[in-house]
Parts: sequence; structure tokens; C-alpha cells
Amino acid sequence: MSKFKKKKKGTPGISTASLPDIVFMLLFFFMVSTVMRETELKVKQSLPFATEVKKLERKSLVSYIYVGKVDGQNGDKIQLNDRLADVNDVKYFVFAERETHPEEEIPLLTTSIKADIESSVGTITDIKEELRNVDALKINYSTRKGDISRNMKK
Amino acid sequence: MARRDLPEINAGSMADIAFLLLIFFLVTTTMDVDTGISRKLPEKQPPDAPEPPKLKEKNVFIVTVNRNNDILIEGEHFIQVDKLREEAIKFIDNGGGLGNPIDGAEPAECDWCEGSKDPESSDHPNKAIISLESDRGTSYGTYIAVQNELVGAYTVLRNRLAMKLYGRSYDDLLKDSENDLSNESLKAKVENIKTKYPQIISEAEPFK
Repeated sequence: MSKFKKKKKGTPGISTASLPDIVFMLLFFFMVSTVMRETELKVKQSLPFATEVKKLERKSLVSYIYVGKVDGQNGDKIQLNDRLADVNDVKYFVFAERETHPEEEIPLLTTSIKADIESSVGTITDIKEELRNVDALKINYSTRKGDISRNMKK
Repeated sequence: MARRDLPEINAGSMADIAFLLLIFFLVTTTMDVDTGISRKLPEKQPPDAPEPPKLKEKNVFIVTVNRNNDILIEGEHFIQVDKLREEAIKFIDNGGGLGNPIDGAEPAECDWCEGSKDPESSDHPNKAIISLESDRGTSYGTYIAVQNELVGAYTVLRNRLAMKLYGRSYDDLLKDSENDLSNESLKAKVENIKTKYPQIISEAEPFK
């Protein structure tokens, strides 16, 4: 009996000392990979679907223009940074964006148009026209990966 | 001897703190990668710019999307969006005549095309222009679907050509060359495919 008791006392419990290490490892992974949302969306958005998509590389070179509907208001609204804006403000937005980059990066700047699936092409064209006026020619139509038949509502 | 009595700091709650932080970051993380269809807008022409050269009608493939989201090709027949890719491929890959000279060489026929060589359709992939017209009232979803199909047509053709020339798809080549920027031979291959099937899609201004 005494022998048995002795043995039980000797069994070590599983050490949880390395648990913090594991958790910290995960923590650092998520801390590094997290991108905090820079802007709060004021417009309602559900992006269209496409299959022939390319990844946007170098996020620092990308600026976003959001297009969508606002609750209780008619028509498409454009959001630049944190506020709703007019089409005419797009050029100032591009200029402001250029200010923050060194000169050699300016031709690489891309404007990503994140437009709602139900917005009208006219609004997008107005934006494109403004972008052409200020020579911001690289654009990207932001889409989700998915079947295109989901773009069309019957 | 006094050392022995010194209590150690209990690190047991460190895990709890770390967990708390971990859960915070887990919740706030958005892992979405931005994807989309890239396009280059045409440069603004100065008002006194010379008239652009007239294009032969057969070298332009006109896709029109109206405000009811119907798709019309060549101003003639309505078509469903899932047929568009096929039609675009037929047009680009036709190869019915001589192309624009590449690198100062004589204009030559498209010897990599597998199309029907119809004299009524495009001459050469580097002359074939797809013009996308839309109405202001067209829905963006349809517009993107059409764009997607047109880009898709080029992807199919490029993949086919790359398969024939190099035994692997264009997507594959492109991915590898992006991962290995110093590899000149890969880059040359990608460029070669790109010049053989250049993507010429023009987005016309919408009609009011």
C-alpha cells in the first residue's frame, strides 16, 4: 500500500508552463497579420463577383474609393476616406494621396474602386473620367471571387 | 537560506492575459485579400490632338450593355452573358489577315491562331479591339460580369498558347515569374504570350 501511494505522488501533472508560449506565438501572429480598418464604411456595400481576379499587391500604393447607397437617400454616393463626397472631390483625394508618397512611386499608385453591385455604371464612369483628368490611370475594380451569375438579379 | 523563502511570482495568469489579447486580435482581424479586375485607363487626349486613325469595322468587336442589362454584340444580336466568352474568343482568335508589325518586322499572319480565318472578322489578335459600351443606367454587377468574361477570353487564349509553346499554363508562368523576379527567361515567356495576345479592351463613354 505504501508503495502504491508513493508512486501516485510521483506522477507529475502535465506542465502548463509552455501554454503562455504557445498562446503568445499565436498572439504575435495575429498582431502582425491584423490590418485595422482604416475607414468606417458609410455606404452600403456588397461587391460584385468575378472569376478572373488578380490580387492587389503592395497595399500601401492602393487608395480606395467606395461607391454605394446610403440609407434613406436616393442614388449612389461616393465615399472618400471617412466622409461622403462629390465626384469633383475625387481629384483632391488623388492629390492628397500623392502627397503621401515619394515621387517615384506616383506612377504606381492604384485606385481601387469598391462599388456596390447595384450601383449604376454612370457613377463609375464619372469617377473614371475624374481619374483620367488627373492622370491616375491605374485602376482596379474590386470584386469578390465567385461565379458571375450571382451578379445578376432576375 | 532566506532565498529559499522568497516566493516566486506566479506566472500562471500570464496565459490568461495572453489569451485575452489573442481573442481581441482574433476578433478584429480581417483576413480578406483585396482582389479585383485591373484596368488601365486611356490617357486624356489634348483637345488639339489629331483624330485617331480609323479602325476597320471588322477589327472592332462591339459589346453593348443597355439599361435593362441586356448584352448586344456587334449591334446585331442579343446574347446571354455565358456565351460572351465564346464569342469574344472566336473574334480575337480569328486571324483572318495580317497583323500590326511586331518589333519592326513585316506584318505577318497570326500563325498561332486557331480561329476560322473568316475575312469578315478580325485580322490579327493585335489588331482586334473589344469595345465595351454601356448605358449610364447599367447595373455595375452586369458591367463587371461582362468585363470578367472579356478578360476571361484572353486568359483562355493565353493559357492555350502557353500550353502549346511551353507546356504549362499562362497563369502558372505568371505566378512563377512574379515569385521569381530575377528569372529572365520566365519573364521573356510571359512577355511573349502577352504580345501574341495583347489585351485590348476599350471602355467607351456611356451614352446618355
